[in-house]
Amino acid sequence: MPSAAHSFTGGFADAPRDAAEAFRSAMTVLARPGEIRTLHGALPPAPLGVAAGALLLTLCDADTSVHLAGACDRPDLRDWIGFHTGAPLVAADQADFAIGAWPDLRAAQGLRIGTAEYPDRSCTLIAELPALDAAGAALTGPGIRDTAHLSLPETAWFQANAARFPLGMDAFFTCGARVAALPRSTTIHNGG
Amino acid sequence: MMRPGGDRVGDDRTEAAVTDPAYNFAYLDEQTKRMIRRAILKGLAVPGYQVPFASREMPMPYGWGTGGVQVTAATLTPDDTLKVIDQGADDTTNAVSIRKFFQKTAGVAVTERTADATVIQTRHRIPEHPLTEDQILVYQVPIPEPLRFLEPRETETRKMHALQDYGLMHVKLYEDIAQNGAIAKSYAYPVKVSGRYVMDPSPIPKFDNPKLDMPAIQLFGAGREQRIYAVPPYTPVVSLDFEDFPFDPSKADHACDLCGADTSYLDEVIVDDAGGRMFVCSDTDFCGERRDAGHRGAMSPPDAAVQA
Repeated sequence: MPSAAHSFTGGFADAPRDAAEAFRSAMTVLARPGEIRTLHGALPPAPLGVAAGALLLTLCDADTSVHLAGACDRPDLRDWIGFHTGAPLVAADQADFAIGAWPDLRAAQGLRIGTAEYPDRSCTLIAELPALDAAGAALTGPGIRDTAHLSLPETAWFQANAARFPLGMDAFFTCGARVAALPRSTTIHNGG
Repeated sequence: MMRPGGDRVGDDRTEAAVTDPAYNFAYLDEQTKRMIRRAILKGLAVPGYQVPFASREMPMPYGWGTGGVQVTAATLTPDDTLKVIDQGADDTTNAVSIRKFFQKTAGVAVTERTADATVIQTRHRIPEHPLTEDQILVYQVPIPEPLRFLEPRETETRKMHALQDYGLMHVKLYEDIAQNGAIAKSYAYPVKVSGRYVMDPSPIPKFDNPKLDMPAIQLFGAGREQRIYAVPPYTPVVSLDFEDFPFDPSKADHACDLCGADTSYLDEVIVDDAGGRMFVCSDTDFCGERRDAGHRGAMSPPDAAVQA
């Protein structure tokens, strides 16, 4: 996987355009769970791919706290996020965004799910997955006309997350340059 | 407002513009756009929930669509084609000003044709032409809180949404029926989104409410009130009603006097000092395309001399 050679490289070349295009794709995949799009323009250090890097550059800045879960908590990635976004790196229970491999995110303790009056005060997950396909678990809910399919890393955790709606976390799944999303509003069916 | 019997502006209705290099893309700075973009994502994840955001002062007064403009600025890409309508019309002051604003600051192409637009900013109408999955509809919202005129305290309305305590709204609708024989709400008619949040669909006529369940992404921006909310595609949106008083998306019982359409939402226009009046489509693009296709209404010129 290609990655930034230096913490000062790998940012957006044309920030307004690159961020606008990345956001538009991120918004589309969150509005239509199961859809997969490709992001470009960011080159973060391993183990993150282009899509996870583009999401960080598009959504994070000094106003958002970021948690690096497990193996993602590496000096080169800390430096890259610090230089390009200025986002403070925090413990899991204070994070606006948590990023990492799925087993590490799953193990993170105390990720915020929002409050009854402010369900938006929740953590957004960015999970770098080994594979991402429009196959697997069956999804229904807002943004899905009939049924969508997405290769979720597991179903039980996301079913429990959806059961807390309107509380809960929203997740972006990235795999290299590809991105999909699962908002808390989506119902996940077994045996999809 | 389109002049009765008048014409649409210009022949070629899709034009490109040159960006003014003095502005960042789409006027707002990148940090502001990130903040708005995060709010939009939360709004899409919790359909109908009003997400607070740090609304900025815009170079236009509150009430002119500052919320919609900020949402549009955060959503636009350089390759978009923008359409802006005010009460269905492309050629009103508000719509023309906002269209020119984004031509100048974002350099995006603009159009009056609903089908050609990728992003549509609207004040108080949903276009008649059905929207597709590839389009985004941005609403300008004056008062985002549907419960505000029933309960003025934000602390209380927030609790009511948290507890899904919407009894007060049903009492209001019931009292309308008890006193007036019908629900006295013809625009900004409250809806329930995806079975959870009661939402103000902005002051669109209730005629448009059934269209809220659509393939396009719908984003709502309230600048003065600092709220953003959203309805993802294919999300159930139900207008509140009672079993014995079902919701009625009514319109003027008339056909358009210019294009003859009997399914579109109509504006009533007073044409003289003797009580004369005519009904015309509020959606100028819809009406114009029908007239281009040869449709005529009761008050169309007899020679059908409608110059394109």
